[in-house]
Amino acid sequence: MADSEFMIDVRAVTKRFGAFTAVNDITLGVRAGEFITLLGPSGCGKTTLLRMLSGFETPDVGEIRIEGRDVTRLAPYRRNVNQVFQSYALFPHLTVCDNIGFGLRMQKVGDEEIRRRVAEVVDLVALGGFEDRMPHQLSGGQRQRVALARAIVPRPAVLLLDEPLSALDAKLRHQMQVELKRLQKRLGMTFVFVTHDQEEALTMSDRIAVFNQGRLEQLGTALEIYHQPRTAFVADFIGEANLLEAERLAEEGVLARVRLAGGLEIRVPLAGWPRDGARAVVSVRPEKVCISRRPIEGAENSFQAVITEEIFQGALDHLTVRTDAGTTLTAVVANESAMMDAFHEGDRVWCGLHLDDLVVVRAG
Amino acid sequence: MQALPAADAENPHARRATPMGWWLLAPMLLWLALFVVAPLVILVVYSFCSRDDLGRVVFEFTWTNYARAFDETYLKILLRSVGYAALTTLICVAAGFPAGWYIARRPPAVRNRLLLLVMIPFWTSFLIRTYAWIAILKSEGLLNATLLAARVIPQPLELLYTPVAVVIGLVYAYLPFMILPVYGSAEKLDNALVEAAHDLGAGPLRAFSEVIIPLTWPGIAAGVLLVFVPAIGMFAITDLMGGAKVAMIGNVIQNQVFKARNLPFAAALGVVFTLLFVATYLALQWRGRRARA
Repeated sequence: MADSEFMIDVRAVTKRFGAFTAVNDITLGVRAGEFITLLGPSGCGKTTLLRMLSGFETPDVGEIRIEGRDVTRLAPYRRNVNQVFQSYALFPHLTVCDNIGFGLRMQKVGDEEIRRRVAEVVDLVALGGFEDRMPHQLSGGQRQRVALARAIVPRPAVLLLDEPLSALDAKLRHQMQVELKRLQKRLGMTFVFVTHDQEEALTMSDRIAVFNQGRLEQLGTALEIYHQPRTAFVADFIGEANLLEAERLAEEGVLARVRLAGGLEIRVPLAGWPRDGARAVVSVRPEKVCISRRPIEGAENSFQAVITEEIFQGALDHLTVRTDAGTTLTAVVANESAMMDAFHEGDRVWCGLHLDDLVVVRAG
Repeated sequence: MQALPAADAENPHARRATPMGWWLLAPMLLWLALFVVAPLVILVVYSFCSRDDLGRVVFEFTWTNYARAFDETYLKILLRSVGYAALTTLICVAAGFPAGWYIARRPPAVRNRLLLLVMIPFWTSFLIRTYAWIAILKSEGLLNATLLAARVIPQPLELLYTPVAVVIGLVYAYLPFMILPVYGSAEKLDNALVEAAHDLGAGPLRAFSEVIIPLTWPGIAAGVLLVFVPAIGMFAITDLMGGAKVAMIGNVIQNQVFKARNLPFAAALGVVFTLLFVATYLALQWRGRRARA
């Protein structure tokens, strides 16, 4: 890593397919040993970027460095990078053992060492006893482990994972998320994980890169992405959010007085407000909207509203409220105690919004 | 009602036939019995029979037909036929595999158009197409005329009625039978498997030998069977394009049936020929298993 602090250094990379720009001027640095997730809806460019890291696609513009070495135009089989494929892509004509040992055989590693290292990895991914099975004799979860073992056994600098958990059922997926994270820590390997599942991204990643329409919307830790989304798209894609169009009315020190769509006037932090415009979007998570029978103390914004809809979800209550000014908000409250306290449609309540929970984002 | 009940979890290949399954199979079983099993039985029985002076089959057991089939004269012809067929198969694999692979890797719309091109020759009678080749290859034919006009050669090439013409004819006739099965298995091969091989450090050659060949082997094997075996027995092309100068086993059988009227001897040659087919099939199976092991 001579001239770069990054394990993976993506510099101003653009990739077009005909008239469609799949990846649009992306710059991204991944540190050694980091678990980074490329997150976004399908067609957002995350998979194309991954394929450029593995070498199956070549950027039209820009440069990719891995371990400080320019690999922009290097063939996949010359890169110190391995991939776990979405469909696993296990060789159907080889046993579990031979699948896992394939990469080492290609590197012309000796038979004895192949046996030893394969056994080690088989142990690591808990596939003991399945060594001589053929891929079609395995369950989905087992195939997933074989694909993982096959990709880590050559000890690549970077492991690329292309939605590897999407074919598993929910329970197995959760289990594999935990295992993957544990494995990554233990190996100290750099993981680049592609997914469209925001929950998966939040659970596993050191940092998340959110993509939309070929562009990198935001790069940050799970907490940053969740609590300080920079764009309306990020706020909406990660978790749920009330996205309220806002018009700036006046500046009051570090605050701005704004009128939200519908008419409600509140105060929001001036920080983050676009310098050039009077309009922006205010994002607030439903669980941050305080609902109470009494005025809410300590909240910079407190106002009255009527509950227009209540959806009971066991531990949580999903409420839709309409403020007296006419703005509609959704709120999630915990169903803590007895039925007595429960909110019902038609109830008049107080709503509170804390300054810290109001994030000004760029309009989508 | 299900003819083939769902596979049980332990072994996805284990299926039991139900009565409904047998009914569905019945037409095919009947067809096989009438047109495969029965003729084969007749062939084997005839091959051990004798012949009277008028050429009628006499049901008297004898080994003479087989003794004669393995006589040096006929063994030579058989070997020559096998040699021609092997060369034809080799050329068909060399030309047909890349073609089948290429077609299978095209987008579906292009793929269908290319497949159509492969199949168009079947719209015309086989004999007419063979005569067309004669028109191309003969000394005052299209090829020689073109080459002479372009001053590539000073005098016409002697192509027709040579072994070269026979091989050209055989390759022409059987190439589609190699392309289509190769296409069939190449089309089913998930491109992610080729990518996985590259990803794990296999260059183009290693990926070809370690992944592509083993996984398209069923198609290659089917193609070899479809080309090699009929090419051994082919007599029309050897007659028309070889000028009946080089006798092939197919020509011998044909002559024994229609000219010499020696059905038992023809039957014995036929049995030998069938055994050759079985041997080829087993060899391919064995090679396939070894490739997978």
